[in-house]
Amino acid sequence: MKIDRRSFLSFVIGGAAGTALTPLPWKLTDDISIWSQNWPWTPVPEKGETTYVTSTCTLCPGGCGINVRLVGDRVVKIEGIKGHPVNDGGVCTLGLSGPQLLYGPNRVQSPKKKVNGKWRNISWDAAFSEIAEKLADLRSKGQSHSLACICDSDRGTVPELLDRFLTVYGSPNFIRTPSIQDNYELALYLTQGVRAVPGFNIQDSDFILSFGAGLVEGWESPVYMFRGKSALKEKGGRMDQIEPRLSKTAAKSDKWIAVKPGTEGALALGLANVIIKEGLFDRDFVENRAAGFAEYKKFVSDGFSIDAVSKKTGLDAPVIVALAKDFAGARKPLAICGRGAGTSPGSLQDFLAVHLLNALVGSINRAGGIVALPEPDYINWPEGEMDAAASRGMQQPRIDGAGSGKYKSTRYLLNRLPEVINSAQDSPVQVLLVAGANPLYAMTDTEAVAKAFEKIPLVVSFSSYMDETAAAADLILPNHVFLERYEDVPFARGFPKPIIGLVQPVVEPLYNTRHSGDVIIQLAQKMGGTVAEAFAWDSYDACLEESLADKWDTLLEDGYWIDAEFSETAQTQEFETDSAKFEFSNSDINALPVYHSVRVPGDESFYPLLLVPYDTMRLASSYIGSPPFLVKALEDTVLQGNNVLVEVNPATAKNLGLSDRKYATLTTARGSAKVKIYFFDGIMPGVIAIPRGLGHTAYDKFLAGKGVNYNALREPLEDAATGLDAAWGVRAKLTKA
Amino acid sequence: MSTEDKANEVSAEAQDQESITPPTDPEQTAPGKGAGGPITLFFILGLVASLVLGWVIFPQLLYSHKEQPIQFNHVLHNQEVEDGCESCHFFREDGTYSGVPKLAQCIDCHEEVLGESEEEAKFVNQYVLKDREVPWLVYSRQPDCVFFSHVAHVKMGQMDCVTCHGDVGESESLRPYEANRISGYSRNIWGKNIAGIKFNSWDRMKMDDCSECHVRNNVNQGSVQTLKGGCFVCHK
Repeated sequence: MKIDRRSFLSFVIGGAAGTALTPLPWKLTDDISIWSQNWPWTPVPEKGETTYVTSTCTLCPGGCGINVRLVGDRVVKIEGIKGHPVNDGGVCTLGLSGPQLLYGPNRVQSPKKKVNGKWRNISWDAAFSEIAEKLADLRSKGQSHSLACICDSDRGTVPELLDRFLTVYGSPNFIRTPSIQDNYELALYLTQGVRAVPGFNIQDSDFILSFGAGLVEGWESPVYMFRGKSALKEKGGRMDQIEPRLSKTAAKSDKWIAVKPGTEGALALGLANVIIKEGLFDRDFVENRAAGFAEYKKFVSDGFSIDAVSKKTGLDAPVIVALAKDFAGARKPLAICGRGAGTSPGSLQDFLAVHLLNALVGSINRAGGIVALPEPDYINWPEGEMDAAASRGMQQPRIDGAGSGKYKSTRYLLNRLPEVINSAQDSPVQVLLVAGANPLYAMTDTEAVAKAFEKIPLVVSFSSYMDETAAAADLILPNHVFLERYEDVPFARGFPKPIIGLVQPVVEPLYNTRHSGDVIIQLAQKMGGTVAEAFAWDSYDACLEESLADKWDTLLEDGYWIDAEFSETAQTQEFETDSAKFEFSNSDINALPVYHSVRVPGDESFYPLLLVPYDTMRLASSYIGSPPFLVKALEDTVLQGNNVLVEVNPATAKNLGLSDRKYATLTTARGSAKVKIYFFDGIMPGVIAIPRGLGHTAYDKFLAGKGVNYNALREPLEDAATGLDAAWGVRAKLTKA
Repeated sequence: MSTEDKANEVSAEAQDQESITPPTDPEQTAPGKGAGGPITLFFILGLVASLVLGWVIFPQLLYSHKEQPIQFNHVLHNQEVEDGCESCHFFREDGTYSGVPKLAQCIDCHEEVLGESEEEAKFVNQYVLKDREVPWLVYSRQPDCVFFSHVAHVKMGQMDCVTCHGDVGESESLRPYEANRISGYSRNIWGKNIAGIKFNSWDRMKMDDCSECHVRNNVNQGSVQTLKGGCFVCHK
């Protein structure tokens, strides 16, 4: 048989016809389309049994209770605990991103030492030896007070272990990172004589007057504030926001009152003047429970007449009068302050002005008011014995100047540290421990801070991440992240009842990290002598369980312990001032009689614009860097590619010849940066704004190099009354790029 | 001259040339010149070859065959337990479904060898004593893009296991697991029948099979998001 071309063609045609009658083409098409939907690099959830572990979030001081969901031994999701007094099932975007902070690429995976500018992994023993040797050397030279520590809190077992270490070693230089907490605590101390923590009973209030506080932008305990604001609205309450910029909080308020930036405190005093004049104040409180009212009355009526305040703030007189009447007329009014998320302390004058306004309407220590919560007192370790070297060191003045002289009421002044170090020949700080803080990113004028850090011979970071401070340190002793460790959270910031949260390990530590609590205990034991004796615990966990004593079982089971007996009104007799009353005025309150609105640093003729920062829930503003989930969720009005957008009023932009979404150069006396312009009608002409939380130089590719760090551009401004950094903005200019 | 004629001419020439070179049998070439004979034959050959390829060889090439690590006898176990399928394939307290039992459950009975089966001895020696999970190959595993809740079907929908899984409970041994070499899916998803024809409700578990039942019973056909189509019911 001859196989010719025709035969071949008919074979092929027969084959094609036959193939069409088989499932082959249809099945292949289906399989290939499925294959193209299942790329092997697409992340897929783990399979296995789901379990939950109850814990507390430590990513901000909010103290939210969390249920961590695991599949097998992998953390897959973080949810809020339903029924938890602080967050009742809610959780914020940063809290949700927790798993990325556990598994992300930016973890420091073992103790590290910097040798000739390069990181080298070392053993824990070698790290302890190195620090102990340096510390012993300083101590023998009588320089124990040149050890300093920066920590994000001064309450709870880990900060108190650090403080204890410093004390028995012989240094008074434990420094807490600054925030509005400093000024709120001072306001309570000066007027009520108590060292207390402020709590805000938002839920029971019916009129919140916020002087710039970002109630839905991370102020105090964010989720509690969200819930409180919602509860207030549901009950028909009112909320007014006083701010030069239409923030998210302002947009969610009943009324947005745009005053000239920096005059919020003056408005508070002006409102007080109207309330006193009209006789709308709480007579019972003022007459029976307060002192110094006459001086205060004179002060506000002399300096804060309606006309004067109207001129200062830019508000019309009738607006001020109406606002004062509405506020005083509410059943349970509450005034709050501290700009945005409250990461920058601000001026004591403003806090006092607002606090006194609360006192005027009787909203002190009552439901729907501001409550002075006693500082947590469950840590009662026996006093550590101090040898001669320790006593000598502890008698030295603090390096930051807090607690004496001009700043006798202030407890910590981290902002003064860089200048003290930079102006000295030899750094007064020889060894610096940094725990739960990232000063090289978060402090004003980062360049000056970096210079000061370079002068310190040994900087030890306890960070779990390669943040800016860790990257500039000499040694890193990485802590477990919060999903790998036990710890106590001594309060939920701004929550109006005493509450303790327990952080519980959810997974075994992934890397060669160690609990900072254990590190301090082991370091102390390595030092020997009285230092070791003060740290007789076997481990941090043992210390924690001992400290929490009878609360431990409740904490293990529920994840939190709340003082159910606590009542706001029970505190009313607890003013510990000389007069045993709330003091509207006394000799310690030197901040008020000379009230001046805080002027922003910078030369007005050269820098015609006012640059202010703003906070958003989509960026972490504490020491934790924003995980990728947050950065990806940023609107394109905040970040486009790697460029931050500067909010500019179109009128201002027109004068400067700037176009929307086009490049420009933002300059302050401290530096300049390439930015993009965003036309925003919600910002006052002459004022421009950028977000906090961008412009990182450290961290991973998901965060580093995106946008501009506001802190690098701003200048410090020392509050005359407290020494704290009172600057709320900086003078700047924008030019076409 | 039309194109067709040209082609005929060329082809005739070609045939002439071919017929010159090899000596050929005139009896066989003659009918070829007319119509059909070998052409039809080759058409049928092609047809048959492709049918064999498509229906017999292709399925064998497409699916990989893997034996289960242990031969398991469902019948035998079913006699020993009290609660039927749910004795081993149970719902956890939170409503999630345990699926294929973990070693921990097996150990409840098989801490040591109980019977005389070689497979059981293998199981105890290789897995129980070494505390290793058995890497069972799951016939009915849906791909990751599908959200499937057992509790919604078995507890709320009151369906029995057989409707989707067939008579697995009556098997005395485990058949080889076949995975699609292209998509990686178990053969049970597309179905044993390469044409995708099904005779029983459990023969195939593709998307249409899910929706067929959902449509028939008028359940969960609209998703909250779109109010139609119901994509998000399963693809979350």
